[in-house]
Amino acid sequence: MSMLAQRKAIGPGRSRFTLQVNERSYEFDIEPRVTLLDALRDRLQLTGTKKGCDQGTCGACTVLVDNRPVLSCLTLAVMHAGARVTTIECLERDGKLHPMQQAFVEHDAFQCGYCTPGQILNAIALAKSERDLDDDVIREHMSGNICRCGAYANIVAAVRDGARRMRE
Amino acid sequence: MTALPLVGAPRDRLDGRAKVTGTARYAADFAPARLANAVIVTSTIARGRVARLDPTRALAGEGVIAVMTHRNAPKVRAEASGLFYELMLLQDDRVRYDRQPVAVVIAEAIEQAVEAAALIDIDYEREVPVSCIEDSRDRYTPEDIFGDPPDATRGDPDSALASARFRVRQTYTTPVEHHNPMEPHATLAQWDGDRLTVHDSTQGITNVRRRLAEVFEMPVERIRVLSPYMGGGFGCKGGVWSHVALAAMASRLVERPVKLALSRPQMFSSVGHRPRTIQTLDLGADRDGKLQAVVHRVLAHTSEFDEFIESSALITKVLYAVPNMRTTHELARLNVATPTYTRAPGESSGSFALESALDELSYEIGLDPIELRLRNYADVDPEDGRPFSSKHLRECYALGAEKIGWSARRAKPGSVRKGRMLVGMGMATATYPAFRWPASAIVRMEKDGRVIVRSGTQDLGTGSYTVYAQLASEVLGVPLERVRVELGDTDLPQAPLSAGSVTAASVGTVVYQASVDLRKRLERGEKAPLESRVDGKPPKDEPYSTHSFGAQFARVEVDPDLGLVRLQKMVGAFAAGRILNRKTARSQYLGGMVWGAGMALHEITRFDDRTARIMTANLGEYLVPVNADLGEMEAYIVEEEDEHVNPIGVKGVGEIGIVGAAAAIANAVYNATGIRIRDLPITPEKLFV
Repeated sequence: MSMLAQRKAIGPGRSRFTLQVNERSYEFDIEPRVTLLDALRDRLQLTGTKKGCDQGTCGACTVLVDNRPVLSCLTLAVMHAGARVTTIECLERDGKLHPMQQAFVEHDAFQCGYCTPGQILNAIALAKSERDLDDDVIREHMSGNICRCGAYANIVAAVRDGARRMRE
Repeated sequence: MTALPLVGAPRDRLDGRAKVTGTARYAADFAPARLANAVIVTSTIARGRVARLDPTRALAGEGVIAVMTHRNAPKVRAEASGLFYELMLLQDDRVRYDRQPVAVVIAEAIEQAVEAAALIDIDYEREVPVSCIEDSRDRYTPEDIFGDPPDATRGDPDSALASARFRVRQTYTTPVEHHNPMEPHATLAQWDGDRLTVHDSTQGITNVRRRLAEVFEMPVERIRVLSPYMGGGFGCKGGVWSHVALAAMASRLVERPVKLALSRPQMFSSVGHRPRTIQTLDLGADRDGKLQAVVHRVLAHTSEFDEFIESSALITKVLYAVPNMRTTHELARLNVATPTYTRAPGESSGSFALESALDELSYEIGLDPIELRLRNYADVDPEDGRPFSSKHLRECYALGAEKIGWSARRAKPGSVRKGRMLVGMGMATATYPAFRWPASAIVRMEKDGRVIVRSGTQDLGTGSYTVYAQLASEVLGVPLERVRVELGDTDLPQAPLSAGSVTAASVGTVVYQASVDLRKRLERGEKAPLESRVDGKPPKDEPYSTHSFGAQFARVEVDPDLGLVRLQKMVGAFAAGRILNRKTARSQYLGGMVWGAGMALHEITRFDDRTARIMTANLGEYLVPVNADLGEMEAYIVEEEDEHVNPIGVKGVGEIGIVGAAAAIANAVYNATGIRIRDLPITPEKLFV
């Protein structure tokens, strides 16, 4: 079925670049069209970041790029050469959960867990933003992360508590 | 009564660490050597056939390994069988619904497969499709619903209605809804000689195994299905759908492991939906508000080729003491994909109609809505007079009313304001049947005292990894930290589909019984390592009627100029027997209530009825609730001991949270505005006066 003699690349061909992910450097030689999400999941086997829609509508793919929450499905890996990418895998230190992770567990801020990495990273960005966090601010900021299990009430409680713990 | 005082403790989920660290692996997270990525190509028409298909440009793409179409797909058995639906496995050139699979592209990298999928040239022979119930030319009454006749009559409803002092006669409609769990369906299929191993995101590993065995006409023993983590289901991962078999077919074709995940738009086609319902309620009550007759008629749709019945009127048979009743279910065939069970199938859609009608009746009579429910309270099953195994619905009404602040409600619609906003409160009754299905479990103690619970059940986020460990921990006196649950593997003792809120009752009972047996043997002097196995079946006799009950309350603020509904507070109070873990149960209730908010205010799948194509096939246009759509959400557990429902007194909590929630919100909107919306979702356009 394959027609090897006529194979051709569709697009501009590969790009060579380096990504900083979770404080490590990774060399890439991939087509520019590869999303940051697919680069993380398929090339680096960092599968903690999830693909929920691949079109920027659900937030499950949220990672931090230079501490800003970014929808990794809507951006290309090559665009972040030189930037620091943080995924969910990097938060635990020496077997100890990050305060926001701990808060999510204690408040049962997830059920199936699929949206959870994106929720936690977005929550960390919010906590670090030094905004005054009341429930309305939390709800609004976290509305980019859909949770179909409906754990929202617990997510708000976890974000409030996690932010407090992060400040301590 | 089995005393299990520590069970119910609000322990953190045992799989919590895996989920918050991203180490829990879902079906698409595995990457065996030589993995290939597959993408399904779906039709752009809803009815007709593939007239011409040219994969040349796709095959020329870099990294493309193969293109599977109806011309070269292996011959497999795709027909419906027993409870299994017909599958679209590229066995012919027919197209039966929008976004039906018509090809599969397999490539090295996912972006190569996605690109190549768009390069397959397809021409269709189109036929005129029908996607609207009102246009269906094939309406019929199904033969049965779950073994019972589809239509049921009690007493003489026509005479009772004719002579009733108060009447409400209305039509209520609920739209097509799609489940949209956060994780799209995904399957990883690998062949090893004639053995097939599948990682699948499913609520039923045993069904997946059986279905694949039928599709490939191979012994079921040669198939292993694994689903240790899955990202939500809500019913759409209960059926075995086409993509699972297509992944296995693709893997066999290219002789490599194949990973196939649905795109989000594909979540709107081949994996089921809640069908639209058109329901008429005709209530008749005497001057004291006691219901004399209820007639509940349901019309919903199914596909051209399979039958699914949204059993919306069944709730009406059990919920109130009504001496005269008729319930009917009718189906209309449409050129759409086959609908399926969607969180509280029947009860969700039916409770919207029934509880809205009762709310309308309460205004007709001038009775408080809770008082109306209390006057029609059923102390025994109104169908057959059996006692309930337990029922604490009155306590649910009272607790919920207190927590929402019901005493501040004014009966006259539109009479309460907060600044510019109109304020209203509404309520509804909730119920869900409590079933138990056959299940098996092994409880094993290792030499060092650690305990392992093994059962081929699933955890959809429902808490299976935690609650069965709690049961074993309790009975054996082993700290929870030293107990672990293994599930989601067909190599484990068989457990039922995780659906119908049955899992806790089914698996919990056998885990409890195996733990008790193991403890007895240890006490008799047998030494670890030691394991006990129980294969449990519910008894045939059903002297009691078994249901969970609850009360739903909502308070809304409506902007009178913009028609925007702000959901200020929802309160649910539920009595569902023994609660295995108060933290996870509360989460289940809240999750159901969020679904109710979505049903009431946001969710609708829109078709272009000229083409029967879905226009809203993404999460930007099919709206599910986001965090800021919700106000205060509170769920309360009403204590309930039940000695009859099963040995551990457990009823199941996964679905009752949605039942009545949409009606409570709709009733609150009426109380706020005086506008009665009988067609969900309630959107601003419907509230413009």
